[in-house]
Amino acid sequence: MFVRGLKRKCFDGEEDIEGTLAGIKAIPSYNLQRQSLLDMSLVKLQLCHMLVEPNLCRSVLIANTVRQIQEEMTQDGTWQMINTQSTGQASLDRLVSTDILCRSSREQAEGKHVPGYSTFNKDFEGDQAQDSLETMSTASSVQAPRNLQSNVWEMENPQENKGNFQKSLDQIFETLENKSPNSVEDLFSEVDNSYYDLDTMLTGMMSNTKTGHCDGLETFSSPTTATSSSNCKSDLNELDHIVEILVES
Amino acid sequence: ADIISTVEFNYSGDLLATGDKGGRVVIFQREQENKSRPHSRGEYNVYSTFQSHEPEFDYLKSLEIEEKINKIRWLPQQNAAHFLLSTNDKTIKLWKISERDKRAEGYNLKDEDGRLRDPFRITALRVPILKPMDLMVEASPRRIFANAHTYHINSISVNSDHETYLSADDLRINLWHLEITDRSFNIVDIKPANMEELTEVITAAEFHPHHCNLFVYSSSKGTVRLCDMRSSALCDRHAKFFEEPEDPSSRSFFSEIISSISDVKFSHSGRYMMTRDYLSVKVWDLNMENRPVETYQVHEYLRSKLCSLYENDCIFDKFECCWNGSDSAIMTGSYNNFFRMFDRSTRRDITLEASRESSKPRAILKPRKVCTGGKRKKEEISVDSLDFNKKILHTAWHPVENIIAVAATNNLYIFQDKVN
Repeated sequence: MFVRGLKRKCFDGEEDIEGTLAGIKAIPSYNLQRQSLLDMSLVKLQLCHMLVEPNLCRSVLIANTVRQIQEEMTQDGTWQMINTQSTGQASLDRLVSTDILCRSSREQAEGKHVPGYSTFNKDFEGDQAQDSLETMSTASSVQAPRNLQSNVWEMENPQENKGNFQKSLDQIFETLENKSPNSVEDLFSEVDNSYYDLDTMLTGMMSNTKTGHCDGLETFSSPTTATSSSNCKSDLNELDHIVEILVES
Repeated sequence: ADIISTVEFNYSGDLLATGDKGGRVVIFQREQENKSRPHSRGEYNVYSTFQSHEPEFDYLKSLEIEEKINKIRWLPQQNAAHFLLSTNDKTIKLWKISERDKRAEGYNLKDEDGRLRDPFRITALRVPILKPMDLMVEASPRRIFANAHTYHINSISVNSDHETYLSADDLRINLWHLEITDRSFNIVDIKPANMEELTEVITAAEFHPHHCNLFVYSSSKGTVRLCDMRSSALCDRHAKFFEEPEDPSSRSFFSEIISSISDVKFSHSGRYMMTRDYLSVKVWDLNMENRPVETYQVHEYLRSKLCSLYENDCIFDKFECCWNGSDSAIMTGSYNNFFRMFDRSTRRDITLEASRESSKPRAILKPRKVCTGGKRKKEEISVDSLDFNKKILHTAWHPVENIIAVAATNNLYIFQDKVN
């Protein structure tokens, strides 16, 4: 399901981490976990299979979860907080336990962490925050959708960020439906191409003929299209030939 | 053997059909009871095997269409032959399964080996006679219902009028006539004008067992809509809307995902319907929309594991459920090759395991128990040692007797009541 080599941990169960941590650390912990859930969901949405249509129900449910997290983050102001950070190197090893997220809100309210979000903001800015900041920014960028996220996170205007995030989320949806080529190229630009067989290359080639849905994603794929398109062009004639064979059979 | 993707008894229970990921259909038939051993029950043996669907390639979208059989539904038997509908993601096929146990001999125009005889050499006419032969079961595709679904078909349901059936994909439901393959009517369409606004999909649909104008469809948001085809051609407005209000105290980021209904089944009586979501099975009275009349927890111990199950995608597993013939019991699957049965009248439930290791043929199944916390008793299994790759998604109950069919990945288990 996931690209090989990405380590991630996700603990469940009733680990009482709050017993050992100070109350202050417990608050960013919830947000860290929420963040890693968000990242996990984005990875899931983007790592769609190329040859077989992705499951629409699953995609819709994941997208709704992402929207839910995004709304909550917008409400408590965390959204703006994240946008002012610089993105660090992606490292999924730093994804933290999300067991708090799995608990019901009642359990959470019952005193595992301080409820007020204003308190959270204040603590965040404090000295304690240095470590948490790094972890936050680490957790916020994920390897596979880096292009997508870096564009989102790096922009100046937080308002625009929200809009772009929503837009990128919707575009993921469009991608799922329409299998637009640039997103596909983009998603797998990091992955070793020899992994794919002829059919995959062919998919990229054949769907390149479609134009309508690529506009929004051009911004994301701009760093990579230059190289990929030149590669494509050199193979074009060869693949045309192979396409003919396939169509005939 | 391939992974079994659907299991279905026919109306009499004599035949049991399974579909698999490789597009094959295998039909089992119950053997006649042995007269010399009146207490022995009929066993199910392979009756027919055929390739229903082949993998296809959609050149326009550059996508493979899987040959996996998503659903099989039998038609009521009207003559000596048996008919069933089988569907993959895009195409539904009507198959005729017929027996041939006689062969004609003594043709005039051809030899016994099939070679044509020279007409000038024929001096006398004879009437061909039928001679018995070894039983041959043939399956032939009689209708192919294609090109009506943009999205993946998740359900088919034969109407009580025995003339029409519905097919449902993620966003639309179509009504077909069994005789007509080049036309279907769209009766539900929940596709938004802008796909970016899509937040809900259709997960299952079924016709009412007695009222040919009623059908239900379930959604990924945990709701069920009952529609009446008499009210309008396009049933976008429901006649009844079934939804249980959410318990605000148990809300989490996974609430919506686990509320998504994976299966909906009417009771045989037609008075109730059952829905399966990730953690529970609910029985609804069709006359009461605001909450179910019964709720059964299938594996509540998974509630604290939802994050892991989300990560490994198990949270998206679609479990089916089924009623027994008298609607007094319901059954559904779980993980670790466990399946659960609930007796509605006594409120007793049982967990059983379908695996070779734990049951020999003719042995009585031992009830299983999952240990949720604290000290694990001797025979119990702890939640952490459950095998989430061994999932029982498809089960079926004989329409009359207490015989059940359980599909455990690529194995089919058939269990029946203990013989006294």
